[in-house]
Amino acid sequence: MSYPLMLCMIVSIPFMGAGLILLTGKYPNLRDSISFVVATILCASVYQLIEPLRQGSLHEVTLLEVTTGISLALNVEPLGLLFALVASFLWIVTGLYAVGYMRGHHEKNQTRFFACFAIAIGGAMGVSFSANLFTLFAFYELLTLCTFPLVTHHGTPEAKRAGRVYLGILLSTSVGLQLLAIIWTWNLTGTLDFRPGGILGGTASNSVLSILIALFVFGVGKAAVMPFHRWLPAAMVAPTPVSALLHAVAVVKVGVFTILKVAIYTFGLSTLSELASTPWLRWIAAVTIILGSLVAFTKDNLKARLAYSTISQLSYIVLAALLANEFAIIGGGMHIAMHAFGKITLFFAAGAILVAAHKTDISDMRGLGRKMPLTFGAFFVGSLSIIGVPPAGGAWSKWFLGLGTLEANEQGLLAVLMLSSLLSLVYLLEVPVRAFFSSPSGVEQETGVKEAPWPCLVAMGVSSGLTLGLFLFPDFLYEMMKMVFGS
Amino acid sequence: MSALSFLNYWFVIILMMVGFYVLIAQGNLVKKIVGLNIFQTSVFILYISAGKITGGTAPILDTQWSVYSNPLPHVLILTAIVVGVATSALGLSLVVRIKEAYGTIEEDEIAQMDESL
Amino acid sequence: MMAHLPVMQVMVPLLAAPLCALVRNGRVAWGIAVASSWAAFWIAWEIFQVVHSTGAISYSLGGWSASEGGIEYRIDTLGTFVLMVVTLVGAVVTPYALESVGKEVDKSKQALFYAAFLLCLAGLLGIVVTGDMFNVFVFLEISSLSAYALIALGKDRRALRASYQYLIMGSVGATFIVIGIGMLYVMTGSLNMANLAILLPELSSNRTIPVAFAFLTVGVCLKLALFPLHMWLPNAYTFAPSAVTAFIASTATKVAIYVLLRLFYTVFGSDYSFLEMQLGTYLLPLSLIAIFSMSLVAIFQANVKRMLAYSSLAQIGYIILGISLFSSTGMTASILHLFNHAVIKGCLFMALGCVMYRLNSVELDDMMGLGKKMPLTMGAFLVGGFGLIGVPFTAGFISKWYLIQGALEKGLWPVAVLVLLTSLMAVVYIWKVVETVYFSEDPGSVNSDCSEAPIGLLIPTWTLAILCVYFGIDATLTTFGASSAVANLMGIGS
Repeated sequence: MSYPLMLCMIVSIPFMGAGLILLTGKYPNLRDSISFVVATILCASVYQLIEPLRQGSLHEVTLLEVTTGISLALNVEPLGLLFALVASFLWIVTGLYAVGYMRGHHEKNQTRFFACFAIAIGGAMGVSFSANLFTLFAFYELLTLCTFPLVTHHGTPEAKRAGRVYLGILLSTSVGLQLLAIIWTWNLTGTLDFRPGGILGGTASNSVLSILIALFVFGVGKAAVMPFHRWLPAAMVAPTPVSALLHAVAVVKVGVFTILKVAIYTFGLSTLSELASTPWLRWIAAVTIILGSLVAFTKDNLKARLAYSTISQLSYIVLAALLANEFAIIGGGMHIAMHAFGKITLFFAAGAILVAAHKTDISDMRGLGRKMPLTFGAFFVGSLSIIGVPPAGGAWSKWFLGLGTLEANEQGLLAVLMLSSLLSLVYLLEVPVRAFFSSPSGVEQETGVKEAPWPCLVAMGVSSGLTLGLFLFPDFLYEMMKMVFGS
Repeated sequence: MSALSFLNYWFVIILMMVGFYVLIAQGNLVKKIVGLNIFQTSVFILYISAGKITGGTAPILDTQWSVYSNPLPHVLILTAIVVGVATSALGLSLVVRIKEAYGTIEEDEIAQMDESL
Repeated sequence: MMAHLPVMQVMVPLLAAPLCALVRNGRVAWGIAVASSWAAFWIAWEIFQVVHSTGAISYSLGGWSASEGGIEYRIDTLGTFVLMVVTLVGAVVTPYALESVGKEVDKSKQALFYAAFLLCLAGLLGIVVTGDMFNVFVFLEISSLSAYALIALGKDRRALRASYQYLIMGSVGATFIVIGIGMLYVMTGSLNMANLAILLPELSSNRTIPVAFAFLTVGVCLKLALFPLHMWLPNAYTFAPSAVTAFIASTATKVAIYVLLRLFYTVFGSDYSFLEMQLGTYLLPLSLIAIFSMSLVAIFQANVKRMLAYSSLAQIGYIILGISLFSSTGMTASILHLFNHAVIKGCLFMALGCVMYRLNSVELDDMMGLGKKMPLTMGAFLVGGFGLIGVPFTAGFISKWYLIQGALEKGLWPVAVLVLLTSLMAVVYIWKVVETVYFSEDPGSVNSDCSEAPIGLLIPTWTLAILCVYFGIDATLTTFGASSAVANLMGIGS
C-alpha cells in the first residue's frame, strides 16, 4: 500500500469503524467484535509506520487545500507516532475492558457509546498525525464534540451539568484563546506548518511571542493547566472506560501533545527558552502539579482522586515542554506513554471495583483487597508508575524530567517534582493499603463480592504488565524521542 | 435669489417633517399610513421642483417652444407614485386584516393583547 | 440569447409571477416557481462564468445607452457572486415550499404566495443586476412589498403586526434612499452608477453630497437591519411562514449589504466613504454592539425561530464589521460571510420549518427529545449550528478565519478577541437547543406522536447542510469569488 494512502487509512479507520458499529448496533456481539478488530487493525497499521520513519523516507501528505494557506495535511513524526501507537494500542485493551464493563454494568445506548468512542480515537489519530496547526485544531475540536455524548452518557441532570462544564471550558479555551493564537501565528508567519526548529523564531518581539505562548498553554484546555482544569473532574461522571481511555489517555494526552508539538515545531526550543513568560508559565505548571496533588488528597471518591492526579501529572508534560531542552522533551514524551499505561490501569481497577463491588468511595473499600486481589494488585502497580519508583515505567520519564530541570537551571522545579511524587505516594497507595490491610468494617460484611468480569481482568493484566515491562525495556520510547532531535 | 425662490423646498421640508411626525407619534395604524403618504409626497415635490426650468414648458416637441422642463424627474416620480400607491394599498389591507384579527387598530392595544398571550 | 442573460435574470421570475397569479392552482404555480427559480440559478451560473472569463457585463436596456438616459444593467464580480447566493437559496427554497407552504398557508392563497415569492426573487435579482440608482430603488420596493405580503401570510396573527411594522420601517428607509438619490441626481444630472463615480469626486466639497451620503447610508442600513435600526426584523422572521423566513433571512439583508457596498465603493468611491466620511469609525462600534448585544439577546429566547432571528442580526454585524475594517482581508471576510451565512441560516431555518411542519411550534420546551424522533431534521440543524458557531470544516469557520485575520492585520486584537467571544455565545444558544433536543427525555406531551419530516422537506434542508460542510472543506470556489470581487471593488489588479 502506498504511503499517502496508508496514512489516510490510519486516520479514517476509526471513523469507518464507527460507521460499522452504528450499522451493526442490533447485534451486540458482532458490534463489539468489530470494535475489537478495528482497534487491532489500527494498531497494526500504526506499527507499520515505525520502520519507514526510522529510514526517514516519510513526507507530508496534503489531503486537500481548504483555502489558500489552510490545508488539511498529515505527516508522520516521532512524537506523533509514539502517541498514536500508545492510543491505538490502549484502544484494543480498553475495547476489551469496555465490553466487560458495559455489559456488567448494564449500560444503555451502548451503540452510541462505542461509535462515539471510535470517533474519539479517530480524532486522536488526526491530531497525532497532523502536519499543521489547522489540521490539529480541527481534530482537536472534533474530539471535544464527539466526547460530549460520552460524558453525558447517563442523561441524568448531574451528567448534563457536567457536560456543560466540560464543553464550556474546552470550547471556550480552544475558541477563545487557542484559535486566536493560531490565527495570530498565521498572521506573523504566513504558515501553520510544523517545522523542525519552529516557525516563529525572530518573527515578532519577545513580548508578543510571550503572550502567544501563554495563549497556547491556556488555550489548550485539554492539558488542564489550572485554572482551566475543572472539566476533567466533571468528566468523571462518564462510564469508566471513557474515563480510562479518553480522560486518562486520548483526550488529555492530545492536550499535552499539542503543547509539546507547539513548543518543538512552532516556537522551536531555542526561541521558547528565551521568552520572558516561559519561567512564569513553568511555575504555573508547577503550581498545578502541587495543587492537583493536594486536592487529590481531599477526594474520597476514587475516580475524582484519580482525576486530580491526572491534572497534576499532565502538568509534568506541560512543564517538560516549557523547560525546552532535550532531556525535558524526552522525559515529557516518555511520560505521555508511561502515564498512559499507569493511569489506565488505575482507572480499570476503579471501574472493576465499581462493577464487582459497587463501591466508589475509598473509605468503603476496606478489606476489599482480599476479595479482589488481582484488581488491587494491578492498582498497586499502576500507582508505582505514577509515583515514579522502580520497578514501574514512570521512573524513567521522571528521571529525564528531573535532568531537564537541572539542565534549565531550575532547581526549585526539581523540588516541586520530588514533593509531588511524595504526595502521590501517599494519596495513591492509601487505596491498596486500606484494601489489603485494614479489616472490613464489621457491619457491612460483603458476601457476594467476587473478582471483576474476566475481560476486565485481562485488560488490567495487560496494562499493568506493560507498565512493569516499560521499566525494563524503555529503549524503544527513548529512541523514538531521540529521533525528534534528528536521527 | 431670495429665500422665496426656494419656496418649493421649504414646503418639501415642512411636509417631510409633518409626515415623519405623524408616522412616529400616531398610534392609530391608519393615521400612520397617512403620515407615510405625506412623507413620500414631500419627496415627490422635491424631484419635480428640481426638474423645473424657469420659462420651460411641458416637454412636448412644438415649434413654438424651445425651452422644456426636464422630463426625467417626472418619469421617475411617476414610478415612485406607483410604488407609494402600492405601499399604501398593502399597508391599508394589512390594517384591515389586523382589525379582523385583533378587533382594534390602536397600536398600544394590540401590543397589550400580544403581551398577554 | 446569451447576450441577453442579464435581463433574463430578472425577467424570468418577473414574468413567471403574474403567471402564477393567473393559474390560481397552488401546485401548478409551484411548478412554475420551481422552474423559474432553477432557470434563474442556471442563468446566474452562466453569468458567473462569463464575468470571470471576460470581465464585467454591461447591458443597455432596450438599446438605450446610459448616456442617452437609458438604464444600464451591469454585472461585475461582486454582482455575480451575490446573484449566485440569491438564486442558489431561491432554487433550494422553492422545492421546499411545496410541503411547507402547503401546510402553513391556506390553499386558496398558495398560487398568490408563489406569485409574491417570485416577485421578491425578481426584485432582489434586479437590485444586483442594475447599474442605475433609481432602478435600485424600484427593485428594492418590488422585493420589499412582496416580502411584506409574504410575511403577512404567516398563520399567527402577530405576523400581521410584524408585517405592518416592517412595512412602515421599510418604507421610511426606501424614502430616505429616494431622497438621497434625488440629491445626487440634482447635483450631477445622472443616475448611472458608473457616471456618478466619475462625476462625484469633482463635487466632493459640495455640502449636498454628504447629506445624500447620509440619507442613502441610513436608508440602506434600515433595510439591512443594522443595529439600532433592526427593530422590525425579529418579529418579521419569527412569524413569517417557514419557507419565507428561510428565503428572506438568507437573501434580503444580503442584497441590502450589496447595495451598501455598491454605494461605498462604486458610487461614492472608497476614498470618499472611508477616508473623508470616516465611515469605519461609525460602523465599527455599531457592528460590535450589534454582534455582542444581539448574541446576548439570542441566548435568552425561548422561541428557536426568534433566537435565530437575533442571531441573524449578530451575523449581519459580522459582515458590517468586515466592511468597516476597510481592508481587502476584511472585505473578503464580509463577502464570504454573505454567502456562508446565507447557506447556514437557510439550512437552520429550513430545519426549523421541518419541526414546524410536524409540531406546529418551534418553542424550545416543545422540542424535548426531538432528536430521536426527527433525527435527520435535527442532524441538519446540528450541522447548521456548527456552521454558525464556526467549527472547523464548516463554512462558518472560513469566514471567521478571514474576519479575525482582517482584525489582526489592522492591529485590532480586542476586536479579534470579541469576535471569538461572541462565537462562544453562539455556542451557548445553539447548545441550548442541542441539549433540549438530544439530551432531554420527552415529557410525553406535545411531540409524543411526531415522526420524521417528509422527504420533500428533508432534501432541500440537507442540500444546504451539505453545502455548509462542503464550503468549509473546499472553500476555493467561494474564496476565489469573494477575493476577485474584492480585488475588483478596491481596484487591485483586475
